[in-house]
Amino acid sequence: MTRFLLPLAVFVVLVGFLLVGLGLNPRQVPSPLVGKPAPEFQLQQLHEPEKTLTSKENLGKVWLLNVWASWCVSCRQEHPVLVELSKSGIVPVYGLNYKDQRDDALRWLQQFGDPYAVSAVDPEGRTGIEFGVYGVPETYVIDKNGVIRYKQIGPVTVEALQNKILPLVRELQG
Amino acid sequence: MRLKLLSRSSLAAYDNGTYGSGKNDKGSRIGSPTGNPRSTREGMRASEGGFALLKTTLLLCLLLLAPFAGAKEAAPVAEDPEIERRMVALSEDLRCLVCQNETIAASRADFANDLRREIREQMQAKKSDKEIVDFLVARYGDFVLYRPPMKSTTLFLWFGPFILLLAGAVFLVFYLKRRRKHIEEPALSEQQLKQAEALLKEGKG
Repeated sequence: MTRFLLPLAVFVVLVGFLLVGLGLNPRQVPSPLVGKPAPEFQLQQLHEPEKTLTSKENLGKVWLLNVWASWCVSCRQEHPVLVELSKSGIVPVYGLNYKDQRDDALRWLQQFGDPYAVSAVDPEGRTGIEFGVYGVPETYVIDKNGVIRYKQIGPVTVEALQNKILPLVRELQG
Repeated sequence: MRLKLLSRSSLAAYDNGTYGSGKNDKGSRIGSPTGNPRSTREGMRASEGGFALLKTTLLLCLLLLAPFAGAKEAAPVAEDPEIERRMVALSEDLRCLVCQNETIAASRADFANDLRREIREQMQAKKSDKEIVDFLVARYGDFVLYRPPMKSTTLFLWFGPFILLLAGAVFLVFYLKRRRKHIEEPALSEQQLKQAEALLKEGKG
């Protein structure tokens, strides 16, 4: 009987690996920028193109940077969550309007509500590359020192907000 | 092309949503030169009039023109072919994070377009290949590399298969040795020996 134990053990280990592997999402590529200072940027604002938004403006407070676009399907999914979050006033949400048309973006916000303190425009996705954006939506939690502390890949869900983002924000606001 | 478009849109519905954008996808215009369909129709009309020769000439002209029509539509390659060659060579070793089984060189995703542009621009700014790769790894992590670097977290990735092979070989050797011990020459009784002899003789006859 014991001679089957070793193959069984090997099999169980293999199944364990495969089981963990099945649970992983290959699209969630961990960002090397977490724990590093957020890239600097100076971008036109969406609503007032003559004004700009710079990364330094937000030093001293905890804020979220949400990468969004009017052509992005999943952004609609997360949008009500962001609108609610913005209403609560817990943490300011800034938008990075990624590779979008100004008219489309403005219409989209009019239609679904505008949760953003300010939305900056990144028409060619250059700031997106600096932030390591590879899909929309993505959301970054940035602390008082301008360091990225968390990256949400894909839509911000209520669970993600309650379990990850808000506890982290509260901790950082300390 | 069509297949790829299909899979793109179906993915977009399920996931992040960057897949379908393709706004600046100049490549998609290749192969559908705008001038051709109308002039083909004109050729048809001429044939209805019975001008067979005219029709043939027209068609031949169209055929001759076809490659040029296509060539005109192709997106301009970079001004500098040397940089383009370097860019393609480098991006063949880089993974597109949107369509993860494609290289940045091969992918038609908007994201890959942007990264190709970024690489091209950095090359124009005289950056070395290593600097560019470091730039991308700093933003997207080792996952962009198709050849992962050797470090503590990737040791198992690099040596795991060899360790498994070695373990298998060691197991096989021990198993065979042990099995050889178990196989013993069975002792034959007198009667069995006689039977065997009889059988052998029979075979000779």
